Amino acid sequence: MAVIETRETFVGTSVKRREDASFLTGRATFIDNLTLPGTVYMAVVRCPYPHARIASVNLDAARAAEGVVAAFSGADLAEDWKGSLPCAWAVTEDIKMPPHFPLAVEEARHQGDGVAVVIAESRALAKDAAELVEVDYEALDATADVERALEDGAPLVHADLGTNECYVWKLETDGVQAALDAADVVVTRRYVQPRLIPNAMEPRGVLAQVGPTGEATIWSSTQVPHILRFALQIVLGIPEAKIRVIAPDVGGGFGSKLDVYAEEALVIALAKRLGRPVKWTEERSENYVATIHGRDTVHELTFAATKDGKITVVKSEAKCAMGAYLQLVTPGIPLLGAWIYNGPYDIPNYSVTFTGVFTHTTPTDAYRGAGRPEATYVLERTMDALAAELGIDPIELRRRNFITEYPAELASGLTIDSGDYHASLDRLLELLDLDSIRSEQTARREGGDTKLLGVGFSTYNEMCGLAPSRILGAIRYAVGGWDSATIRVQPLGSVQVVTGTSPHGQGHETSWSQIVGDQLGVALADIEVLHGDTAVSQLGMDTYGSRSLAVGGVALVHASAKIVDKARQIVSHQLEVSADDLEFADGTFRVKGSPEREMTIQAAAFQAHSAHNLPDGMEPGLEATATYDPPNFSWPGGAHAAVVEVDTETGDTRLVRYVAVDDVGAAVNPMIVEGQVHGGITQGIAAALWEEAVYDEDANLLTTTMTTYLVPTAAELPSFETDLTETRSPTNPLGVKGVGETGTIASAPAVINAVVDALSHLGVTDMQMPATPERVWRAIQEVKA
Amino acid sequence: MSIARKGKDLLRRVALTVNGTRHELELEPRELLVYVLRERLGLTGTTVGCDTSACGACTVLVGGESVKSCTMLGVQAEGFEITTIEGLATNGDLHPVQQAFHEHHALQCGFCTPGMVLAAVSLIESGGATDEEAIREGLEGNLCRCTGYHNIVEAVAAAAGVI
Amino acid sequence: MIPAPFDYEVAESAEHAIALLGEREDAKLLAGGHSLLPAMKLRLARPSVLVDIGRLAELSYVRDEGEYVAIGALTRHRDVHHDPLLQEHCPVVSFAAGTIGDPQVRHRGTIGGTLAYGDPASDLPAVMLALDAELVVRGQGGERMVPASEFFTGVFQTAIASAEMLVEVRVPKRAAAGWSYTKMTRRAQDWATVAVAAIVERTNGAVGKASIGLTNMGATPLRASAAEDALAGGATIAEAAALIPDGTDPSTDYAASADFRRHLAKVLGRRALEEAVAR
Repeated sequence: MAVIETRETFVGTSVKRREDASFLTGRATFIDNLTLPGTVYMAVVRCPYPHARIASVNLDAARAAEGVVAAFSGADLAEDWKGSLPCAWAVTEDIKMPPHFPLAVEEARHQGDGVAVVIAESRALAKDAAELVEVDYEALDATADVERALEDGAPLVHADLGTNECYVWKLETDGVQAALDAADVVVTRRYVQPRLIPNAMEPRGVLAQVGPTGEATIWSSTQVPHILRFALQIVLGIPEAKIRVIAPDVGGGFGSKLDVYAEEALVIALAKRLGRPVKWTEERSENYVATIHGRDTVHELTFAATKDGKITVVKSEAKCAMGAYLQLVTPGIPLLGAWIYNGPYDIPNYSVTFTGVFTHTTPTDAYRGAGRPEATYVLERTMDALAAELGIDPIELRRRNFITEYPAELASGLTIDSGDYHASLDRLLELLDLDSIRSEQTARREGGDTKLLGVGFSTYNEMCGLAPSRILGAIRYAVGGWDSATIRVQPLGSVQVVTGTSPHGQGHETSWSQIVGDQLGVALADIEVLHGDTAVSQLGMDTYGSRSLAVGGVALVHASAKIVDKARQIVSHQLEVSADDLEFADGTFRVKGSPEREMTIQAAAFQAHSAHNLPDGMEPGLEATATYDPPNFSWPGGAHAAVVEVDTETGDTRLVRYVAVDDVGAAVNPMIVEGQVHGGITQGIAAALWEEAVYDEDANLLTTTMTTYLVPTAAELPSFETDLTETRSPTNPLGVKGVGETGTIASAPAVINAVVDALSHLGVTDMQMPATPERVWRAIQEVKA
Repeated sequence: MSIARKGKDLLRRVALTVNGTRHELELEPRELLVYVLRERLGLTGTTVGCDTSACGACTVLVGGESVKSCTMLGVQAEGFEITTIEGLATNGDLHPVQQAFHEHHALQCGFCTPGMVLAAVSLIESGGATDEEAIREGLEGNLCRCTGYHNIVEAVAAAAGVI
Repeated sequence: MIPAPFDYEVAESAEHAIALLGEREDAKLLAGGHSLLPAMKLRLARPSVLVDIGRLAELSYVRDEGEYVAIGALTRHRDVHHDPLLQEHCPVVSFAAGTIGDPQVRHRGTIGGTLAYGDPASDLPAVMLALDAELVVRGQGGERMVPASEFFTGVFQTAIASAEMLVEVRVPKRAAAGWSYTKMTRRAQDWATVAVAAIVERTNGAVGKASIGLTNMGATPLRASAAEDALAGGATIAEAAALIPDGTDPSTDYAASADFRRHLAKVLGRRALEEAVAR
């Protein structure tokens, strides 16, 4: 790569977002804002039972209803599917991967499983007619409980498999048992992490059109247009080359739109059958059963340690709910945390086992953090438990175990390239003023106050920036982890940047323009960033797993270098100097020693396009594509603290303060980074205090709407105190690590540790998420009794 | 209000003023105001985020006050002056709340933004945005999943002149 | 998100509304619509015709009627919350109205709508019960007065007959009484997990006589009669609060179990009484 001299940089400054204008003025292109001439609307008839045999589907009344264009059962459409909705992560050789077609035919396996579709001239008429579809269901036994599902005699999700066990995956170093036997102290704790509903504010939506020669265009509220394109070939048999996927403005994802859904295949199949554009917009209560959920795990975590607090073993055994089917990366979600059960700590002996379990529920898949919040939660909760067991201050215990030398080779087999966990914790403690919190805590306890304070910590790291393709291959993930950038300097000097990432709130258009602006020395206003359309961006692996900057952002640097190299050759040729005699800064090439002899890169672009005077053999144009496959994951980390106030009479628990110090490497746009931290920690806090998808014993979802599944509002939250410490990643030229998931990974254990801390003097040692008033109150009653 | 019949549907002729423009429409009674705005008038800035009147994404101003347009029928809007996000800027200049959202990075995916902005405008104009706590309470009807509200609260406080 | 089809009629007057109600058995009145429309959007309610009374300006008022304050049924929560007459004479009413839902709900929802819907988790029913308010119901035969104690008859059920409408709420002036509406919610916008309305007449700075209304502690709003009797008999607030759950039958749902609601009623009741005595 060429050395690129830079001027005062855009990178590192809080450039205001160019994305904002359309959202602030109501001009966004969310799917439901789009229609095509002749569009018809699809409604999906969904099974109301957690498990049922479909005896018959009668569509006569629906087909006869006003405005209905067509109606189909699962059997009617079976011939349209050339393959199952794909799961890209067969985590073990013997994993059970039952087929999953867009509509159920003989058996529905969770509430919301699609059974039939109705297509009508309007959204309302489609909904009316869907009510007229008569499905004869025979209700079957079901369970939503990940532990019960493994018991003998449990209702089976896929009877032909003979078990609900999907897979067992294990990673263990030699000597774990010996180290356990030799330990001074062994602490084992059990943790239930609730099922969470991602709740991107925009429900999903799709619109599809199929042309006369079978070329298909689909607009989808997806995070993964490129992955969706090849998945659609698998399901529909349409060659990828004939499929165009457009992700227009997408209203949040958090992993829930990192997937390939039944409705995406359905609208194309129906558009092809009907010769008309077909549109579907998800309703929120439909979203709660038809879009993936997250978490839903039961862990047992064991630490072994010396009496002075050096942890010698971490051993985790977890049962992880898959739901009723395997979506795109369902089985792999636990694995995304599998290498960080040591967190930021140096732990020599390592054992992690996951059991994937089918239950009669909506499938799980990636939800913000995906596997890493699960790992960090059990780890950070157990750090506090071990601290209590050993009588060591929880902060001190963490410090005694921090990794301090880099690169750090982990017992789990990966290598952390950089970090400074003490620095983040030091800064956190400066901001927190722990002494005054502790004295207020003591005063309230001694004064008999019914509102007690607690403070909880979480020091964490994560592996993100997904990912080195070779490692993904080694752990049986079906696709690569690289990303691409194409940069095109137009004849008159404006710059088109085409990225393989697919933002849905992260502000890539702004940040990417900052990176390219620096690399090419051009004004931000001259740069346009294009994304989210496979016809424009052919190469890409999309946006998830805090990967966009650390992979796609770095690809921009490499593509820029190619542009500068070619421009340098053009300038060298035209100024008749050696390329080595040219300096490039602020977008201008100058001859060393004769700076008055110069040419801007934008002027070079005109020369490149006019092609009147190019070096022999040089192709016209100034365009370059780079794909970048990172050599390592990236490793953000940091230290978070939560201060809570617990009403001991009502159990009502309120977050009073939240302090987060993160090391995400270099911050390209600190304003955007801070926004990502705010949003991330809020989702972890929400899991700790409010959110939980609750099922009854028969696997009926009880929290079916936004009025009973409690996404917090501004009124429940404080303002946050955030700061960054920075160790640049040596793995990539930008020094970046990724920030999208850090907050969610770190925050839930900090909050729950704070709740336990508030009540610790009463004897409370555990608290299940979310810490509802009733759970908190009952925990107090139990220790009183 | 007069009644027209089209097929078996009962249609109502309704006049309402949106962003200063008067519209006469024939509406089915069941058409929610949000769908009237989005599908009849093409004002798609107002979004639909839930089906239980919980999320506030569809908030518009009706007679100057914040209202969830998913919980009002189009026919109920007869005679009202309605302001949507498309009508908030004047002569191309963003409203101070829109400007503050931009300055304070109070939006990410942008889906809740129109409703959040209009809820904030109503809160400020009613004199309710007196301090951080009042702003947080005053935005209790609007969910955002991206920002954690921190920057939204800052933006509203800035626009209200209370920071 | 799209209601089933229905007819729609605009009432020109209360009498007109009552006449329209009488024409169709499954007709429903539409005021602010903030209880009815959400149910219709999920197709949990499917009236064949809505009679829109939302434009009856003559039923939106707060008037001083000497012994009591009269509130028109179509007075919005926002207006109840901000009304100076209520703030002076019946502050618990204006306060509780300000805790309903969220600002958007309060901009459209009406006092008559929330009372007539009969949701035991709503705030104003328990307040009206504690205040011994009277509700004026009009039918084709004229008006009748229903005491709050007889108005709420079951979950989503009231004493309003099918061709009647609630037109006015009469709230006794209690400016001298101490008051509290103490409410616990999971999130600010949510319905009360439990709430307690307390109206207290003070004797020498202590509770002389108290009325206690309970939100979400049974099929209807309830009075905590045992606790009220104990207070009248000289019990302390703590002693009386322990009796608040007597006779209640709360439900178990996403927010709390029935047992926990009984516990909360005691704690919130004690706090409400303490706050009422102090203000």
